[in-house]
Amino acid sequence: MLPEEMRELRRLNRALIEVFEDRGYGEVATPAIEYDEVLSRGDARAAAGAYRFFDESGDLLALRSDMTVPIARLAASRFAGVEPPLRLCYLASAYRAVRPQRGQMREFVQAGVELIGASAPDGTAEIIEVLEAALDAAGLERAVIGLGDADLYRQLLTEMGIEGEARDSILARLAAHDLVGLEAELSAVEGISDEQCATCVALSQLRGGSEVLARARELGGSAVERATARLQETYEALEARGAADRVQIDLGLLRDLGYYSGAILEVYDPALGHVLGGGGRYDGLLKRFGLDLPAAGFALYLERVHVAQMEESRRGREVK
Amino acid sequence: MSFEVAGLGKAKADGPLKIAVPRGALFGETLDILDAAGVDTSEARGDSRSLIFETEGMTLVTMRPSDVPTYVEAGAADVGITGKDVLLEQSDRRVYELLDLGFGRCRMVLAGRKGDESLGESQRRLGMMRIATKYPRIAERHFEATGRQIELIEVKGSVELAPLIGLGDGIVDLVATGRTLEENDLEVREEILECTARFVANRVAHKLRAAEVDDLTAKLRAAIPK
Repeated sequence: MLPEEMRELRRLNRALIEVFEDRGYGEVATPAIEYDEVLSRGDARAAAGAYRFFDESGDLLALRSDMTVPIARLAASRFAGVEPPLRLCYLASAYRAVRPQRGQMREFVQAGVELIGASAPDGTAEIIEVLEAALDAAGLERAVIGLGDADLYRQLLTEMGIEGEARDSILARLAAHDLVGLEAELSAVEGISDEQCATCVALSQLRGGSEVLARARELGGSAVERATARLQETYEALEARGAADRVQIDLGLLRDLGYYSGAILEVYDPALGHVLGGGGRYDGLLKRFGLDLPAAGFALYLERVHVAQMEESRRGREVK
Repeated sequence: MSFEVAGLGKAKADGPLKIAVPRGALFGETLDILDAAGVDTSEARGDSRSLIFETEGMTLVTMRPSDVPTYVEAGAADVGITGKDVLLEQSDRRVYELLDLGFGRCRMVLAGRKGDESLGESQRRLGMMRIATKYPRIAERHFEATGRQIELIEVKGSVELAPLIGLGDGIVDLVATGRTLEENDLEVREEILECTARFVANRVAHKLRAAEVDDLTAKLRAAIPK
């Protein structure tokens, strides 16, 4: 990184941290190297993509692949007696295995917040509000936040009685948004009617304003009912804060990380073809570290935000 | 089954929807189905050397089929059409696969020379077959899944040539009519999978241009040849 880029990044970093601090989120740091056992306890699947090595006494170490798990550990061990909610923020590098020559970086910087001890829907609405302020501070006024529900398809498939291998591969198709494969997988499961199959596919395509909740309910089922009720509550909490305008309800949203429960988020900007960041609720994660508190958070990929910022300012100049 | 066209979303899109159109074997039928879906493709049908064609509300960008996932993943094109073979070969490219368009049907097969036993003999005596292909990942996955070891020989051009002059024992390739195999004295030994043209979308465009993408998806779905 050279001076000019470094200056721009530094400005962006400062602007983001300032937004977080203004809203009461104190910055924390954790070591990049953790015991592998700690990271896998947080999320076995994400830990699979981590870089691992041994220390001098033969213990297995790993580079963190996000900040959420290390902060969960930190909160459980250092803030156990503190009155919740805890508001923490970070700006830190994380590391993930990549496919070479794809322009992905093994090391990337994330800027984000964790709100620990505030449950849905209010806690969720609060972090979305902070996220919106962060996007504004980065000059991404056109960015949109997708809001979905991590439990929708888990519960829907349970309701349909789909278990085991079929369940995993259907969830994988949903996450990849491979609708052709999804239809094929669903219709291969015995006892699934064409109508149920159509419901699942149609559900994954519902995205937009609050009107999609009504559309989802028409598709029926108690799993859908429960998920739309959760989304409705969150959306109403957002409306009460005047923060619902840039939120797109998206029933097709699924995140890769296993620890999410309830609301999940993704961030898009029209100037960039890649997702800028994401997050959501992980109400069960802290319990794995001995502190049973609901929690939510988000992380922005700083490098991508920087690219989007450049594209948006270029576009701004062209429009003028 | 029917698709509901979901709400207007929060799209604040830039300019017309860009669709990646594959040149080559899928070109004609791709333009046909776009026509049937109400997209004006007359300009793209001319013998113009241009690669980009503006029509009402949409921009057609023509390219090699194997480049479609690259453009769509990066968001340089919002949506696109390409073969399932291309998507499988580039399965690490994250694009949304929205529709099976039904045309461009062909098979990915393992083929060897007629009456030639070198595939079986190599397997028996060397414990592995030498396979020439333009689809290394599909070939690798197929042999891995069936528990056989192969030496992959990646070639770019006419793969039929390889076994004829001793580069490899067999080939993994796409077969539409089987004529090329026939003319080169090759025969199908195993079917690997069937491929058709697919309609794909960029992840962000699918969210931020929901109404346009859903509208085109619904029209294409209605236009799929039965």
